[in-house]
Amino acid sequence: MKRATLLGLAFALGLAMPVMAQDTIKIPNIIELSGGGATVGNNWKNGSQLAAEEINAAGGILGKKIRLEFVDTASDPGKARAAVQRALDEEPIAIFGPIYSGSVSATLKLTADAETAQIMGGEAANLTAQGSKYLFRTSFGQNVSMPKIANYLRDEVKAKSVAVVYVNNDFGKGGRDAIIKELKERNIAVAADLSTEAGQADFAADVIKLKGANADAIFVYLNEEESARFLREAKKQGLNRPLIGETTLLGQKVIDLAGDAADGVKGHVGLTVDAPIPAIQEFGRKFQARYNYKPDHNGVKGYIAVYMLKAAAEKAGKLQPKAIAAALHGLTITPDKTPGILIEATWDDTGEIDRISFLGEVKDGKQVITQILPKLKK
Amino acid sequence: MADFLQLLISGLATGAIYALAAIGFTLLWQTSQTINFAQGEFVMLPAFFALVAMTWLGLPFAVAVVIAIVCSMLVLGLMFKVVVVQPLIKQGVLPLVISTIALSVLLKEGVKDVYSAEAQPFPTLFPDVTLSVAGVAVSLAQVGVLVVAFGTIVALQWFLGATRIGRQMQATAQNPTVARILGVPVERMILYTFLINAVLAAMASILISPIYLAKFSNGESLGLAAFVAAIVGGFNQVRGAIVGGLLIGVVDNLAAAYVSTSYRQAVPLILLVAIILFRPQGLLGRREERAV
Repeated sequence: MKRATLLGLAFALGLAMPVMAQDTIKIPNIIELSGGGATVGNNWKNGSQLAAEEINAAGGILGKKIRLEFVDTASDPGKARAAVQRALDEEPIAIFGPIYSGSVSATLKLTADAETAQIMGGEAANLTAQGSKYLFRTSFGQNVSMPKIANYLRDEVKAKSVAVVYVNNDFGKGGRDAIIKELKERNIAVAADLSTEAGQADFAADVIKLKGANADAIFVYLNEEESARFLREAKKQGLNRPLIGETTLLGQKVIDLAGDAADGVKGHVGLTVDAPIPAIQEFGRKFQARYNYKPDHNGVKGYIAVYMLKAAAEKAGKLQPKAIAAALHGLTITPDKTPGILIEATWDDTGEIDRISFLGEVKDGKQVITQILPKLKK
Repeated sequence: MADFLQLLISGLATGAIYALAAIGFTLLWQTSQTINFAQGEFVMLPAFFALVAMTWLGLPFAVAVVIAIVCSMLVLGLMFKVVVVQPLIKQGVLPLVISTIALSVLLKEGVKDVYSAEAQPFPTLFPDVTLSVAGVAVSLAQVGVLVVAFGTIVALQWFLGATRIGRQMQATAQNPTVARILGVPVERMILYTFLINAVLAAMASILISPIYLAKFSNGESLGLAAFVAAIVGGFNQVRGAIVGGLLIGVVDNLAAAYVSTSYRQAVPLILLVAIILFRPQGLLGRREERAV
C-alpha cells in the first residue's frame, strides 16, 4: 500500500514538474560575481533581481514568472564562455551578461550562433562592430561615450594636452583607442599614454610619470578598484591636474573606496542614480532600502536589462529567442509605457543604445550632476 | 632625481611589507620544512578579522587591530600547526605543500562567501598627511609603514639572536635532533615559529590593506611577491627574505617607471629566473645551511 502511495505521489510530481517549469522562465545571468569585476557583477545582480521581483509581482512577462539564475564568471573570459555555452544548451529566451568586455567578446559568437539575444554590460567599442545581430548594450559603447568626453575636454576643461591612463584589458584598450582617436581629431595632444594592469595595487610609478607629463588634464580609464587605488595615490603625491573619467571614475563604489581622494574628479556619466530624474532616483532609493548600499551604474544596467527583455517580448508577442532579438532592433522603450526602463532608450540595428547622458563631478564624497546631454538621434 | 627618490621610498614601503610575508616563508621552512603556499592568504585574512570586529561588532580600529593579531595567532598560528602541519608533515613535504594550496583556496573562498567578494576600504594606522621633502612627496602613511615594518624586523632579529627562546629556535632550525638531546623543547619552539609567522602576516595585512584595499583575492599577488622575495633573498635566511622583499618592491616600481608599465610584473620574475640560474641559494642564502 505504502509502495503504491509513493509511486502515485512520484507520478503526480512528475506530471506537476513540467507544468511548474512551463510557468516560469529561467534567464541565465552570466556575470562577474567574484574576481576583479565583483563590484560590477554584484551591482548588476541586485539590480536585475529587484526588477525581476517587480515584474513577477505585476504578473510576469506574457503571463509567465521569471527566475534569474546567477552564474559567476570569476571575471574570467574562459569561464564566461563555458558558462554561456552551458546556459545556451538549455535554450533560454535570452542571456544576460557578461559585463566585462573581454568576457562579452569571448561569448558573443555563441549567442549569435544560437540566435539568442545577449543583453550585456560591456562597453568596448568593438563589441557591436563584430556583426552579431543578437548583442544588445545596456550602456553606451566607447564609440558613443568617448566623443562626448573629448568634447568635454575641449569645451569645458579647455585642455590642449591630455595624458591617458588606462587598464590593459579589452575595456581599457578599447577606451584608450577610442579617446586617442577623438583627441587627435580635436587637435588635442596626447602627452602620455600609460597602460596599467588589471588588479594593480601600486600606482606610485604611474602617478610619477603622469606628473612628469605635465598635461592640461588626465583621462583615467580604469576599473573600479584600480580607479580608487589610483585616486588615493594621486592625492598622496599631490597630482594637481584635472582628473577626468567616464562613468566608472565617478561611480559610487569608487567614491566609497577612494574616500576624499575622489573629490574633484569630473567627467561624463552614462547612467547614475544621482541623475536629476525622479524615476532613476526612486530606483536608487529602492535599491538602497533593499541592499543597504547605493548602486552604481551597473546596478541600473542590471535593472533595465530585465525591463528591456519584457518590452521586447511583449512587442514580439511570444517568448521565442529569435523573435525577442528581432523586436529589440529599432525598439524605443519609453518610461510612460515601461516605467522600469527609467530613461527613454533606443536600440539600433547593431544593438547600440542611445539615450540621454550626464556630465558630473564628485563633491564632498558625492556625485553631483552638472549637465544633461541629449540623445544623439532624436 | 626627485622622481627616483619618490619611486625608491614607495618601493621600499611596499617591499618592507613583502619582506614581512617573505620572512614567514623562511621561518616555517627552517623549523618545520613547511612551504606554505597559503602565505598570501595568511596576509589577506587578518584584515578581515579586523573588518569583522569593526563592522559586525562595532569596535574601534585600534581594538580591531589587536583582535586581528590575536585571531591570526590562534587560526593562522596554532590551528594551522595543529590541524594541518602536524598530521601531514609525517607524510612528507609534498602532501603538505598540496594541503597548503588547498588551504589557500579554502581561506579565499571562505572570505568571499562569509564577508564579501568586493574590495573593502580599510583604515590606515597613520594620519593622511603628505609631506614634501626636497621635491619628494612622502606620505606619513608611507613613513609609518616603513617604521613599523622595519621595527618588527629589528625586533624579530633581536628576539632570535639575543633571547634564550630565540637561540633555542635557532638550534631547532639548525639541527632538531641535537637540540632535543640538549634539552630544547623542539615542539614548543616550532609552535613559537608558527605564532611569529602569524603575527608577521597580521602586521603585513594591517599595513598593506589600506593600499591594496581588503579583498579576498589579495593573497594571490601578495603570496607570489613574498615567495619570489624569499627565493631571491635566500630561502634559508631571514635576512635574505628581508633583502628579497625590499628588492622586489623597489625593482617593481623602478621597472614600471623606467622599463615599461606593461611589463612591470615580468621584471621581478626575470630577476627570479636569473637568481635561480646563477645563485640558486639566493642573494644571501647559504648552501645546505639552515638558520632562522
